[in-house]
Amino acid sequence: MKFKEKLKTDKFIITAELFPPKGTNVDVLLQKADILAKVTDAINVTDNQRASMRLGSIAVCKLLHDKGYETILQMTCRDRNRIALQSDLLSASVLGLENILFLSGDHPSAGEYIGTKTVYDLDVIQLIKTAKILETGIDLAGKKLNGSPKFCVGAVANPNSTPLDLQVLMLEKKVACGISFVQTQTVFDVEQYFEFYQKTKHLPVTILPGVTVIKSVKFMNFLKNLPGVNIPQKIQDRMMSSKDSFKEGIKICAETIKELKKFSKGVHIMAIGIEEYIPEIIKQSEII
Amino acid sequence: MIITKKKDFKEILLKLKKTDKVFVVGCGSCATKCNTGSLQAVDEMTEQLKNNNINITGSVVLDSACDIRIARKDLLKNESFKNSTAVLCLTCGAGVQAVEKITSLKIIAGLDGVFVGTTERIGVYNNYCSTCGQCIIDKTEGICVVTRCSKGLINGPCGGAVDGKCEVNREQDCAWVLVYNKLKSAGKLDKLKQLYTPPRMLIKPKKLVEEKRVLNK
Repeated sequence: MKFKEKLKTDKFIITAELFPPKGTNVDVLLQKADILAKVTDAINVTDNQRASMRLGSIAVCKLLHDKGYETILQMTCRDRNRIALQSDLLSASVLGLENILFLSGDHPSAGEYIGTKTVYDLDVIQLIKTAKILETGIDLAGKKLNGSPKFCVGAVANPNSTPLDLQVLMLEKKVACGISFVQTQTVFDVEQYFEFYQKTKHLPVTILPGVTVIKSVKFMNFLKNLPGVNIPQKIQDRMMSSKDSFKEGIKICAETIKELKKFSKGVHIMAIGIEEYIPEIIKQSEII
Repeated sequence: MIITKKKDFKEILLKLKKTDKVFVVGCGSCATKCNTGSLQAVDEMTEQLKNNNINITGSVVLDSACDIRIARKDLLKNESFKNSTAVLCLTCGAGVQAVEKITSLKIIAGLDGVFVGTTERIGVYNNYCSTCGQCIIDKTEGICVVTRCSKGLINGPCGGAVDGKCEVNREQDCAWVLVYNKLKSAGKLDKLKQLYTPPRMLIKPKKLVEEKRVLNK
């Protein structure tokens, strides 16, 4: 069953994220994909995340697609104008890539290309609508397409953003544009996420809360400083006092998923660099 | 107004190294308000250049350096200007180019134009307008999201705001949170929910010529 179809069922959906390498060597990436494909319903491929320059997400999705793995192509508004975005959407479609996740994209001020010109020619709302327009057989210029694409469109939300009601309102706008699924920014505080859940459970869309593995104390300190990431003190203390912080991080992630499963329809796992441990996390979380 | 900042003096000095007779032009409008092209700024620059053995022929503060008519009238009758080989402009880029229009002297810019902004007090300016050519400010309660949202998002925020501050700079208000707060207190959040601005025309003209009025006889 395809990811798109699973969204309509009661199945607990697991997605995980892979990021393309900086360079052309895809060996490790493909090894990780082999592991993830066995335990997930779809693999997200990031689009120059944190405004770093990497191998393109369309190319990586195509490599995974050829192996028979289902992918979610991430596409940001940051680097491409409306011509390039539409062209890439058509390209994705002819390569058989159906699931697309639209994001604004991290601002370059946080990355390795601080002085670059940002584009944001279209914003996420406009981009979702654009994908829907392309599906009807015309483009943004009103020109007829010779063959039209079909997508399963998703978007993101940040349950840690404040004011939260503004995030909820924004998500309502995205849902009104016709998205089918949502993946969220990373959640460490399940109680805080529950508040977001309560405010969004009326929406006709599958929301997959994001979780991240804290692989070390150093990594935790990095995460803490990212915009919209909230790590409860309780978790920080556990990491600090643990003799094996790597093992503890995996345990915490598994526990978070277990808690989330009590009310959410799925989960999106971002294991940033240690994706090969995702099967172990899933095992410990006892969700399947 | 156009907010300008002074270029590094060493950079200016390097540009003037092989130039023997330099005339300094300031601007009495925006650059005076920013104190980057004011009489005081021009005098200080002149003094500093002289101390570095640059031959300064004279200086003038134009009422409005970006007005080609004023640049022409005030500079072309100035004997010191005419006897110079280079002109250092303590003006915005529009001022520099108005001067360029009326002279063949070597042109040197002494300031960087930064943005169109508001003055909070002298020395503190806010980047509030992108002169995008298509003002949609009334849709967002008088707050320009094109300029004040770091990503220029026009249909709502990204997920980066925490405590109402922007992900790009924690000192900076998220423009969308400002809009949201105004609409919320007015009980008009529905306006934000309904707001949709389609992709905009983002190409600006290189010249603007006002249509001539047809006289009614």
